[in-house]
Amino acid sequence: MRVTNWLKSQSLRAGIRTLCVQTSMFVLTIFGLLLVTFMIGRVVPVDPVLVIVGDRAPAEVYARVYAELGLDKPLYQQFLMYLYQVAQGDFGTSVLTSQNVAKDIAAFFPATIELAVTGTLVGVLLGVPLGVWSAVRKNSFLDQCVRVVALIGYSIPIFWLGLVGLLVFYAKLDWVAGVGRIDAAYEYIIERETGFVLLDAMLHGQWDIFRNFLSHLILPGALLGYMSMAYIIRMTRSFMLEQLGQEYVVTARVKGLSERRVVMHAFRNVLAQLITVIALSFAYLLEGAVLTETVFAWPGLGLYITNSLFAADMNAVLAGTTVIGASFVLLNAFSDALGTVFDPRTRSART
Amino acid sequence: MNVMRWKQALGAAVAAAVLGGAGPALAATPADTLVMARKIDDIKSLDPAEVFEWGSGEIINNLYVRLMTYDPHDFSKLVGGAVASWQVSDDGLTYELKIRKGLKFQSGRPLTARDAEYSLRRVIHLAKTPVFIFQQLGWNKDNVAEMVRALDDETLVLKVAKPYSPSLVMSCLSAGVASVVDSEEVRKHEQDGDYGYNWLKTRSAGAGAYRLTTWKPKDAVVMESNPDFYLGPPALKRFIVRHIPEPSAQRLLLQAGDVDIARDLGPDQIKASRSNPDLRVDVFKKVNTYYVGLNTKNEILANPKVWEAFRWLIDYEGMANSFLDGYFAVHQSFLTGDMGLEEKPYRLDVEKAKKLLAEAGYPNGFSLDFLVANPSPFPDIAQSMQATFAQAGIKLNLVLRDQAQVLATYRSRGHEMAFARWSPDYLDPHSTAEFFVRNPDNSDASTNKSAAWRNAWDIPELSAMTEKAMLERDPEVRKQIYREEQKVVQKDSPMIMMFQLIESTVSRKDTSGFTPGPGFDTAVFWNTRKVK
Repeated sequence: MRVTNWLKSQSLRAGIRTLCVQTSMFVLTIFGLLLVTFMIGRVVPVDPVLVIVGDRAPAEVYARVYAELGLDKPLYQQFLMYLYQVAQGDFGTSVLTSQNVAKDIAAFFPATIELAVTGTLVGVLLGVPLGVWSAVRKNSFLDQCVRVVALIGYSIPIFWLGLVGLLVFYAKLDWVAGVGRIDAAYEYIIERETGFVLLDAMLHGQWDIFRNFLSHLILPGALLGYMSMAYIIRMTRSFMLEQLGQEYVVTARVKGLSERRVVMHAFRNVLAQLITVIALSFAYLLEGAVLTETVFAWPGLGLYITNSLFAADMNAVLAGTTVIGASFVLLNAFSDALGTVFDPRTRSART
Repeated sequence: MNVMRWKQALGAAVAAAVLGGAGPALAATPADTLVMARKIDDIKSLDPAEVFEWGSGEIINNLYVRLMTYDPHDFSKLVGGAVASWQVSDDGLTYELKIRKGLKFQSGRPLTARDAEYSLRRVIHLAKTPVFIFQQLGWNKDNVAEMVRALDDETLVLKVAKPYSPSLVMSCLSAGVASVVDSEEVRKHEQDGDYGYNWLKTRSAGAGAYRLTTWKPKDAVVMESNPDFYLGPPALKRFIVRHIPEPSAQRLLLQAGDVDIARDLGPDQIKASRSNPDLRVDVFKKVNTYYVGLNTKNEILANPKVWEAFRWLIDYEGMANSFLDGYFAVHQSFLTGDMGLEEKPYRLDVEKAKKLLAEAGYPNGFSLDFLVANPSPFPDIAQSMQATFAQAGIKLNLVLRDQAQVLATYRSRGHEMAFARWSPDYLDPHSTAEFFVRNPDNSDASTNKSAAWRNAWDIPELSAMTEKAMLERDPEVRKQIYREEQKVVQKDSPMIMMFQLIESTVSRKDTSGFTPGPGFDTAVFWNTRKVK
């Protein structure tokens, strides 16, 4: 009895400790991220005042905006002021859009999530089976094919692939819609609520918009999916190869287990690693889809941050980076948690 | 196993949704709607007191009526916009403007001289970037109530500090800051003395051909026609400008009929569009010029012989006829149109340049950093120059930077040699002359950042001449002064004028009437129509 009590409080304490560690890690990561981004923004040889007022502004307008931005204060003070604002939930105003940055992100982030989710779905649904298959049939003709496909996905610039995709499937074959999230004709009839076109269309029963959006989404989604698939195939294949070379696999085969069961065994053991890979590739799509967003005129966060960085629009860059950073940290924590569920070792350690 | 099954099911569902859903795209834009593809990520605000960017400049030209405007069929003719007629007093200090009758705001209110008074004063009080256009008339926060006054609903009286050339004053009234806003509507949204700025920067309250429905930053501007527009209701009910950053994507959309006009196609794409039977290429000459600035703080670049040698080392025609075809035209003076010089005395002549360099004391050449912005086609121009300069022994190190960085460096005299562009603020020659040939204070601390100052070109006499031209009331004499100045800049200055911008607008064959005009903010939408 006493032992179980002790055990209980032990695990509770461990749980609390983990939570504390996770939370402080989160806060520290975001703080570090803000600090580094802030510094980069100050080192970039761009004059943020010029970006706002333009080349032709009279001297007094320049001076006023310089003071408004707090640029006359020492760097550490500017940073502290910024932190103070952020702590109150105010990310400031973007100089490029004249909107509150939080509002901007609420408008741009859903577009990115749409792409990233589609890309990851395609990547996982195709990449995992192909990777496993390729490992099981190592060095067969099929394996070689899969590896070439993955290599191409890894090495061709997505920018080029996007344009070619548009040329073939949109301009020539007319199978899919062109760039943008929806056709211009729907631009002013869509009811906006969640920011996700798909959800908004479903909520309001605007099925033609729903279809039109899918038609717009499929090409960039498939492209990002291809990129993410290429990565997932490579990782799955190498994880599986590692497992299939282990002694327990040999033992299982000697014991006469069917090949299917053996592969399932091995696969279960790579699941934890695989989840981390998938989470990371999803996180990567959140901020790494800049070129796809450019080619497809997809108003997403990657494009927003890149544009803002070039213009030294620091409020926008900092807020954008924080959102991406937070997503990374959360996804990491999430995949760790999932990993614990699927990883046989951590499972046995707990029992 | 369960996980796998679930995934399979999900996969099937997604595949079904995608296959079932992905019908073909709409074949064309609706007949009453115009969709224009353009790079519009420079729009920061739509408040006419602040707008000074390309993307927003032309939008507000169609949301508001300016006091003065240009005849869209002949942009050299300055005509009344909200102003029906005007009179200048004999001393040249007072302007009496009569406001056109029958103008109506989108709210239904009539536009009066009171609205004009409010709009002009508002620009001075808000003091955003383009305020200098009015400041140069001698208006400031303290005196604007005196200088800008509505006598009644119909009469607006403007006073100016000096007897400026009337064409200069009236041209200033054709700038974006001279847009008339609905004073009643804007006053309703004033907060803490902001003159309604925070409200108006994302909305419209004008009497222009269109009114703003939505502006989604870096995505789209949607406008709806104003049936009460004074030049007649616009032919198209809706006008949508979509942000398509990638020129190749613009071209694909245009070919497929998903947009009606594409604005940012590159030289290759323009050439390809000419042979497409569905498309039409319209060419408009702009007032924008491109030039090389030589910082005379550098000892070598202070030598006029070197300036001249450089002028013979550029393959103007070669570039204009190849990769700049349909994009830039050779132009070697700072003004364009009938105010500019026709003469183009310079062409590539390496031998002449070598001789000049030897006379200057550099027979073996030297090396220089050449600052260039990285959007196409600037790097191509820089490379061409690098090749031709090398023939005379001059090594140009290309420093390719983002546009914002180039501007910051050039504006602080941080360059040796820079490729720069100029876009006039309003369509009076003074705007440009002031930039190229006025440098009242050549010290590093100067608040005047004209091109002459940036290149440390100390020109007290020319500066005085520019100021004199501002006051010259005889148009012929004024024109002569600018010709003189242009000749000096052309032959004997550290600024090498090279090209004039040509805007090639590519549209679907059924679309007509769109006119970008010569300026950055002169585009006219109301006449655009589609004929099946």
